[in-house]
Amino acid sequence: MMPEISLNILDVAENSTRAGASLVEITVDADMETDRLTVIIKDNGCGMTKEQVDRVTDPFFTSRTTRKVGLGIPFFKYAAESTGGSFTIQSQPGVGTTVTAGFVLSHIDRMPLGDITSTIHTLVVFHPESQFLYRYCYNGASFTLDTREFKQILGDVPFNTPAVSDYIREYLTENKLETDGGAIY
Amino acid sequence: MKSLEELKAIREKMQGQLGLRAEDHNHIRVVVGMATCGIASGARPVLTTLSNLVQEKNLTDKISVTQTGCIGLCQYEPIVEVMAPGQPKVTYIKMNAEKAAEVVERHLIGGHIVDEYTLNSADIK
Repeated sequence: MMPEISLNILDVAENSTRAGASLVEITVDADMETDRLTVIIKDNGCGMTKEQVDRVTDPFFTSRTTRKVGLGIPFFKYAAESTGGSFTIQSQPGVGTTVTAGFVLSHIDRMPLGDITSTIHTLVVFHPESQFLYRYCYNGASFTLDTREFKQILGDVPFNTPAVSDYIREYLTENKLETDGGAIY
Repeated sequence: MKSLEELKAIREKMQGQLGLRAEDHNHIRVVVGMATCGIASGARPVLTTLSNLVQEKNLTDKISVTQTGCIGLCQYEPIVEVMAPGQPKVTYIKMNAEKAAEVVERHLIGGHIVDEYTLNSADIK
């Protein structure tokens, strides 16, 4: 089991990059009023066939050859559903995959969101071949990080340059703080 | 909100300093396993630590830190592989941020493999 929701997000988004996605869209939306945390990971990668989608929540199914289990999606599904939330996965070969998980915020079994800033930072800095559109919402307030905007400014300066990597972390940290006032949940 | 103006300033500063990152044959490759097994056992801080230290110590022209999927040794995650030219691959197992910092200091900088953290030193049955 993953200790944090943000690690599930990292895991699922890693699959998106491995599926050859040129754009991965990640939305984290927490709303205390409706008591709901919604996480959406949408990619334009190679997608899955209907047979693969049907089996993807089975922990004993994987397309990998290095091992016989595939726990990433089952972990995420279980984490959401155990809070009374929901989980869906839609995919089409050649189009991409969208994973949506809904968590009931106040449920005692909901794991913490965790260090979402590190998750997004890791994805952005270590996957120069993919673009990321990250949207973080908290009680209606929100901010976005669009690596396409960054790339336009940076040109050929890579994201893993120390100054740029630091900037991305500060961008995520400061804007998150402004959006949620430092709420921990 | 943090502005994109700062990013433009970074871009200005960086211009002219590029073009030296040739992936020559002396490059040391450091690879961290980041599949479900790795992430669940704590690979994210290991990757961050390695990458930060390599940058802080200005080693990016000699060492590249990247990530990979599952190599099939899930029980030993987080795994870090060090591939230096002309040398056999070194596989560090059950890593954490502290051990990663030690590997940077002793192996990547000092040139001595930290034997006690390697797969070879594990009691494999």
